[in-house]
Amino acid sequence: MSRLRRSWPRLLALAVVAVLAISVPFSFPPFRVSQFTLALAYAVAALGLNLLIGYTGQISLGHGAFFALGAYTAGIIMAQTGLPDLVGIPLAAAITFATGLLLGIPALRLRGHYLALVTLGVAVATPQLIKRFDGLTGGTQGLAAGSLTPPAWLGLAQDQYLYMIALVVAALAFAMAANLVRGRVGRALVAIRSGEISARATGVNLTTFKLRAFALSAMLAGIGGALYTYAVGFVAPESFTIAVSFVFLAAIVVGGLGTIAGALFGALFIQFVPVYTSGVNEALAGVLYGTVLILFMYVLPGGVVGLGRRLLGLVSRPRGRRSEEITTPAEPEPAPRKAAGV
Amino acid sequence: MSDDTPVSLLEVADVEASYGPVRALHGISFQVQQGEVAALLGPNGAGKTTTLRAISGMVRMRGRIRFDGHSLPGRSTEAIARLGVAHVPEGRGNFPTLSVADNLRLGAIVRRDQSSVAEDLERCYQAFPRLATRRAQPAGSLSGGEQQMLAVARGLMLRPRLLLLDEPSLGLAPLVTRELYETLARLVREQSTTLLVVEQKANLVLEFADRAHVLEAGRIVLSGTAAEIRADEGMRRSYLGY
Amino acid sequence: MARLVQVVVDGIANGSVYAALALALVLIYRSTGIVNFAQGEMAMFSTFLTWGMTSVGVSLPLAILAALALSFAGGALIERIVIRPVEGRQPLTLVIVTLGLFILINNAAGWLWGFSNRGFPSTFPDGTVGLGGVRLGIESLGIVGVLLVVVGLLYLLFQRTRLGLAMRAAALDPVSSRLVGIRVGRMLMLGWGLAATVGAIAGILVAPRLFLDVNLMGGVLVYAFAAATLGGFDSALGAVLGGWIIGVSENLAGTYVNVIGSDLKILVPLGVILVVLLVRPTGLFGAREVERA
Repeated sequence: MSRLRRSWPRLLALAVVAVLAISVPFSFPPFRVSQFTLALAYAVAALGLNLLIGYTGQISLGHGAFFALGAYTAGIIMAQTGLPDLVGIPLAAAITFATGLLLGIPALRLRGHYLALVTLGVAVATPQLIKRFDGLTGGTQGLAAGSLTPPAWLGLAQDQYLYMIALVVAALAFAMAANLVRGRVGRALVAIRSGEISARATGVNLTTFKLRAFALSAMLAGIGGALYTYAVGFVAPESFTIAVSFVFLAAIVVGGLGTIAGALFGALFIQFVPVYTSGVNEALAGVLYGTVLILFMYVLPGGVVGLGRRLLGLVSRPRGRRSEEITTPAEPEPAPRKAAGV
Repeated sequence: MSDDTPVSLLEVADVEASYGPVRALHGISFQVQQGEVAALLGPNGAGKTTTLRAISGMVRMRGRIRFDGHSLPGRSTEAIARLGVAHVPEGRGNFPTLSVADNLRLGAIVRRDQSSVAEDLERCYQAFPRLATRRAQPAGSLSGGEQQMLAVARGLMLRPRLLLLDEPSLGLAPLVTRELYETLARLVREQSTTLLVVEQKANLVLEFADRAHVLEAGRIVLSGTAAEIRADEGMRRSYLGY
Repeated sequence: MARLVQVVVDGIANGSVYAALALALVLIYRSTGIVNFAQGEMAMFSTFLTWGMTSVGVSLPLAILAALALSFAGGALIERIVIRPVEGRQPLTLVIVTLGLFILINNAAGWLWGFSNRGFPSTFPDGTVGLGGVRLGIESLGIVGVLLVVVGLLYLLFQRTRLGLAMRAAALDPVSSRLVGIRVGRMLMLGWGLAATVGAIAGILVAPRLFLDVNLMGGVLVYAFAAATLGGFDSALGAVLGGWIIGVSENLAGTYVNVIGSDLKILVPLGVILVVLLVRPTGLFGAREVERA
């Protein structure tokens, strides 16, 4: 199959998505546009988590903490300093990247369940930590960050401007991630996930890549957090409980672990499901998330994107099924196969 | 010579078995009579272990297996054990971190007549004195021969109708093997257990067996009484290596 | 000095709660090799069931007994229906499934009983007892007592009964267990049922102190994990000692080390987990490390 023939469905899909995305602020009322903006913020953060869990198999439940860190950075910039508002994005990125790098070092020493455990603990402690530094963070009351004012020459309304910024940032983030995943780094990441022994054999430096993945995922969470603050205009400790980490996990499982596009689908899921379920019961969204996490592990480990790929009969990327399915083929073989002495 | 007594204890008919895409048994048939000591012989890879596994429901198979009037295929391994089939597998099936006594008790754990278990335990210790002295030690600390004895004793603790043994002599010195078989033969007659033994060391087991079935490459190539097979030098050389 | 003894005894009482939940974690880990992130939420749900019954007039002891029975059944059913289909799959899958269970149960509780908090009656009478010149809370002593009884009963079950032997065998080697006729699936259900019951006890013991809401056990879970890690994830004795050690150190740190204070106490168990994993991953009494994802 020539490269063009193999990639035309993907290019077509990208083009459709791009057109749809750009038309959003002009086709929907402001409140709906804001919801899409939030979805974009979540998509960036989910992308980070997917890189970590889906590609390197490191289970971190502390994503909410990095999200909070980025959100509060942007919030503090807007509320407490005179710096231009948009500085929040690169600053959040830098701070969360650095923190991710720092925390990634001990995190590397922890395997599987323990990493999940420790990051769970950090996420549980996050609201308390926020309240503890109340001089900076505004404590329990939170920070009112205000809203971004669009420059007049753009001719956009406030919600449209916000959306466009989020769209640009998200597009950059997704482009970077796609590039990463297809390149040498990405193939190394997949090698790591499918069994570290094989990665060691290929001479890939595990430590560096896992650390970089951790820091990158933290950075994307931070950027997502900053976008969140712009969209919501307000940050408070109770918005950043362990539930945030869980919601992001649900997002990437639904979207598709280890896929790029999955982050977008997942973000749309977690943004719009509560919109419709909160009318029925405030707990319904959570019940759905939990159920979906379980059911998807049974029947759709590849998430929506995995399903889409199968339905469209698209041959998966050069790396094969491993990118979508997290369960096979690295399963231990059943015992009978091993002995020849029959 | 036909041996079709109306009710064999174990009837295996046209059994095929596979490990994934690899076919290990190509349709084997044989019977084992109540009270008999039967041997499954043949070279490495012939399908002997697979046959036992098929009886115990541990491998995918097609065909018919009847034990004591019950059809076995489709039942779980534990259900088959509860029907009275004790299977001592290739790996011995011991619990190395549990004591010898606990291992033996596990052999009898599904028995309805729990009150006689203590009595059987004592008889076990008398038959296998080495196990008696080590009864409180973890099974993993026993020597190879003792672990094999433990495995066999555990199988007997079920008071099974049928005892399946997979290479009980593996890794054992010839003298120890002989001792094991002698004890086994005695106990089996005392409990009127039927025995189906898989062995590569054909010469030894043929001294104790009543009948033998020889497998090669997943098929039965020869069935007969132990005496017949021992006498047939040509067969012995081709299939049994001596 | 009397204050120190009180802090220590209170620490042991708190630690007993952590130990109870840790015991549940260890029970499940030993029987199925799974780390159950949803253990705390299951315990919370059981506690809510108890509360629900008392709020319609059922006496507390009866409500507790009923809740324990329901927890046993619930735990067994969860193993059969939710966990069995994915047993043996990769650790990442199992973690996600148990996390999904966490979220599901947490929100199910919220649906049924709302997200606000409420009081929960204590199993023990108020008041203190004088022992050697120190006044100790009856509730604290009661909690420690309950834990000791639970540990004793579990010991008897596993070491002295046929069923316990079968459960141990099923956990050690399912294949060999099947060969002796043990219904391994049923043993797994029993293990989960037992763990759910022990977890429920933890919830019922801690609820009077922490106020009952859906997030009751979130923090306790972290402590319980720390206790299990410290003790060695496959050691019941380790879970108990680990729980006590953490309970006492947390209380001492919270009382005497100002920078931690009472709201950041949760950093103590996190610190413990990190230190244990970096220094001695098998914990004090464990035989093997929890497998990595």
